[in-house]
Amino acid sequence: MTAPLRLCVRRSPAPGAEGAATLVTLRLPSDISCIEEAVELVTRHCLAGHQATRTIRFRLQVVLSEALANAILRGNREALDKWVDIRAELLADVIRVHVTDEGPGFDPEAIPEPIRPEQLDEAGGRGLFLIRKLVDAVHFNEQGNSICMVLRRH
Amino acid sequence: MGFSQTKDQTGVAVVQVEGQLIVGNRQELKDLVQAALDRGERRLLIDFSRTGYIDSSGLGALVSISKRIREAGGELRLSGLNDDLRSLFELTKLDTLFAIADTPQQALASF
Repeated sequence: MTAPLRLCVRRSPAPGAEGAATLVTLRLPSDISCIEEAVELVTRHCLAGHQATRTIRFRLQVVLSEALANAILRGNREALDKWVDIRAELLADVIRVHVTDEGPGFDPEAIPEPIRPEQLDEAGGRGLFLIRKLVDAVHFNEQGNSICMVLRRH
Repeated sequence: MGFSQTKDQTGVAVVQVEGQLIVGNRQELKDLVQAALDRGERRLLIDFSRTGYIDSSGLGALVSISKRIREAGGELRLSGLNDDLRSLFELTKLDTLFAIADTPQQALASF
């Protein structure tokens, strides 16, 4: 039984170049059974106060679920003493979500596209591909253990 | 979140995915389908009319399930995908791997 997830929401103290941002942060243990609740909590706060289409909500849910699964399974290798941090920056037109694990990182350019005919029958390898297709931009930090996913609200 | 299983009057095993199909519950679906195959079921329908979202692990589980059913000489149909869910299959080209019907009724009629 894991501890309940702790969500923190605050307004940024000073508006930046893109206007005032609301920050949503959530830390979760490396336990895949926490993913659905974390996705639900973060999605709800990312979309609060905005008219979101069903598709934006859906995309946010899927990419969050993907990024958390990657962080827990591949980054932290399910080590229960390691954590995954979500930090969402909410702006008027854009949602920027960072998901960071405590793993050594990976080279995102080394991941092959999973849609070649001979790969269709493979069970894995579609996570990062789906993220790239469902958001407007994806960035990684240099170490490769933190992904930033940018989603326009409209 | 979970799966419910029924049998249609023509003998097709129908599995409803209620909520999400993601990394946390994909094994449950694989086990459920394996149990159906072990019971001798050979015609299976997985319906997504009550599904929120699917992640790549869920898609991967469906690929594995499809393989197992094919190897057992059975048939699998999918149904009830809304536009967002269907887009995941199209983006990953998995729409070419599965027999997908709009509604469970259409899927059942296609066996």
